[in-house]
Amino acid sequence: MALENIEIQEKLQETFGSDVFDFKQEKDIFSFEINADKNTSVILFLKNSPELRFHFLTDLCGIHYPDNEENRQFAIVYHLHNWYENKRIKIKAYINGTNPDIKTTINIHKCANWMERETWDFYGINFAGHPQLKRMLNMDEMISHPMRKEFPMEDSGRTDKDDRFFGRTMSNN
Amino acid sequence: MSELLLSPEHRYAKIIETSRNEDGSELSILNLGPTHPATHGIFQNILLMDGERILEAEPTIGYIHRAFEKIAENRPFYQITPLTDRMNYCSSPINNMGWWMTLEKLLDIEVPKRAQYLRVIVMELARITDHIICNSILGVDTGAYTGFLYVFQFREKIYEIYEEICGARLTTNMGRIGGFERDWSPKAFQLLETFLVEFPVCWREFQNLFERNRIFIDRTVNVGPITAEMAMDYGFTGPNLRAAGVDYDVRKSQPYSSYEDFEFSIPVGKSGDTYDRFCVRNEEVWQSLSIIRQALDKMPAGNDYHADVPDYYLPPKEDVYNSMESLIYHFKIVMGEVPVPVAEIYHPVEGGNGEVGFYLVTDGSRTPYRLHFRRPCFIYYQAYPEMIKGAMLSDAIVILSSLNVIAGELDA
Repeated sequence: MALENIEIQEKLQETFGSDVFDFKQEKDIFSFEINADKNTSVILFLKNSPELRFHFLTDLCGIHYPDNEENRQFAIVYHLHNWYENKRIKIKAYINGTNPDIKTTINIHKCANWMERETWDFYGINFAGHPQLKRMLNMDEMISHPMRKEFPMEDSGRTDKDDRFFGRTMSNN
Repeated sequence: MSELLLSPEHRYAKIIETSRNEDGSELSILNLGPTHPATHGIFQNILLMDGERILEAEPTIGYIHRAFEKIAENRPFYQITPLTDRMNYCSSPINNMGWWMTLEKLLDIEVPKRAQYLRVIVMELARITDHIICNSILGVDTGAYTGFLYVFQFREKIYEIYEEICGARLTTNMGRIGGFERDWSPKAFQLLETFLVEFPVCWREFQNLFERNRIFIDRTVNVGPITAEMAMDYGFTGPNLRAAGVDYDVRKSQPYSSYEDFEFSIPVGKSGDTYDRFCVRNEEVWQSLSIIRQALDKMPAGNDYHADVPDYYLPPKEDVYNSMESLIYHFKIVMGEVPVPVAEIYHPVEGGNGEVGFYLVTDGSRTPYRLHFRRPCFIYYQAYPEMIKGAMLSDAIVILSSLNVIAGELDA
C-alpha cells in the first residue's frame, strides 16, 4: 500500500498543527511549507515516524527571493525520500532576508553537513549549530555570497539583452 | 593552505603537541594533493598520520569550481546542457539526458518510444565508460597497468559512437528537448553492434585478471568498508551504496525514459568495501550491455527521433533557410523566447555514481530562476575522511579511486 499524500498531511498536521501548511502536489512531487524554526523537529519526525519513514535526505539547497517581503527572502528546500514506499517529498522553509538563520539538520542526516556548508557559502544563510561553517567551493578570502540575486553575473550595464527588445514581459505565461 | 599547515593554531598542531608516543616518536602531518598523480583530480587532503596510519583527514574541495548554478541562472535552457556535460565528464550523456528529461517534465512533453530507447542506449554506454574508467584506474592504483590499457581502447570505441551520434566525444552536449538533434546514422548502429560483440570478450578478460587475483584481493578486501546504515546517512547512492548491500537504483524505483521496459537486475555487494565496489561496477557493466541489447532488439520501427514540439525543438537547418515558419521558430528558440510555465521540478536520473538530480525553479522567464544540481560525488565524498580513518596511506588512494570521485561533479 502506497503512502498517500493525505496520510502524510494528516500525520504532520496532527503533530505540528499550523506550523506545516500549503500542501500541494507539484508535478510528481508532494510538497509543503514549514515554519523555519520547526525544521529540525519536522524532519526528525518524518524520519522516525514508523508510518512515514522519510529516512533519506536527497537534496538540500537555498533559494534567494529578493522581491519577497522581509521574512520570506530566503528559502531552504529539503528533498526527502522514503525508499520503502518510494515516496518523495519537498519541504520549503522561508527565512528572514537580513538575518538568514535556521537550525542545522546535521544531527538527523549526516549528509546535510556539506550541503549546508555549500548553502552558507553561496547564500550566507547561517545554520545554527553547524560545526564547520566555512568556505566550501569558493575561496577562503571571499567576503560575499555569490548566488544572491544582487550579484549580477554579467556586466550590469549591458543592454543588448533587454526584455524590451523582445517584446517580453517578466512572466510570459 | 600553506598557512594552514604551518599555523600553530591548526588543531592538528595541537594534537601533535599533546600526544607523544612512548618510544619518543611523533605524529606527523602529510599534505596529500591538491595535485597528485594518484588522486586523479584536484583533491587536497591534510592528513594527520601516525607512521603510515591515517588518524584524521581534512579534505578541501572547490579547486575547479566553475559556478555552474550561477551561470545557469543567466542562460536560456538550451545553453545549460554544455554545463551539465562538464559535471561528470566521464558520463556526460547521462547528465545531458537528465537535463532534457527535467525540461520535458516541466513542459509535459511526451518523447516517442524510439527516442526513449535511443536515450537508454546512450545512457547505458555512458555508464559503461564511467565504470570502465573507475575500475581500470583502480587497477592502476593497485599496480596493474595492463588491464587499464586493455579496456581503454573500448572507451575509445564508445567515444566513436558518441561522435557518430552528436559529433563530440567527451563533453557531448547531446540531444534536444524532446529527443535528439538528428537521427542516428546506420554507421552508429554498426559501430554499436561491433562494440556489443567485441567488448564482452575484453571485459570478461579484464574481470578474470582482477577478480581472483591474490594481490588485488589483498589490496582491496576490507579496505574502506562502509555499512549500509552509514552509507545512507551520508547520502550515498549508486554503485557505492549498492556495494554496501542496499538495492536502490533510480532506474528501478522511478523509471524514466522507458527503463521499465527492460529486464535487468541490480547487483549488490555485502560489506561495502573497495572490492565490493569494484565487483558491483563490473556486474553493472554486464547489466548495461544487456539493456543495450534489449533496447536494440525491441527498438520500434520507423525513424522517430524527436517529439513534435515546434515551440522547443530546433527545426532542420534547410527549413530555416527555406520556410518562414521554421525561421521564426528557430529565432525564438535561439533567443530563448519559448513559453515556460512557472513551476518547481525535481528530476532524478541514475548517473554513473548515483542519483543525479536537477532541481529547477522557473519564474516564466527565459532562464531558470534557480537550478540546483544534486551531485552524488559531492554528497558522498564527505564520508571520505571517516572511511580512511585508521587506514594506511596507500589504502586511502585505493579508496578514493574506488569511490570514483570526479572532480567536475564534486565542484560543479
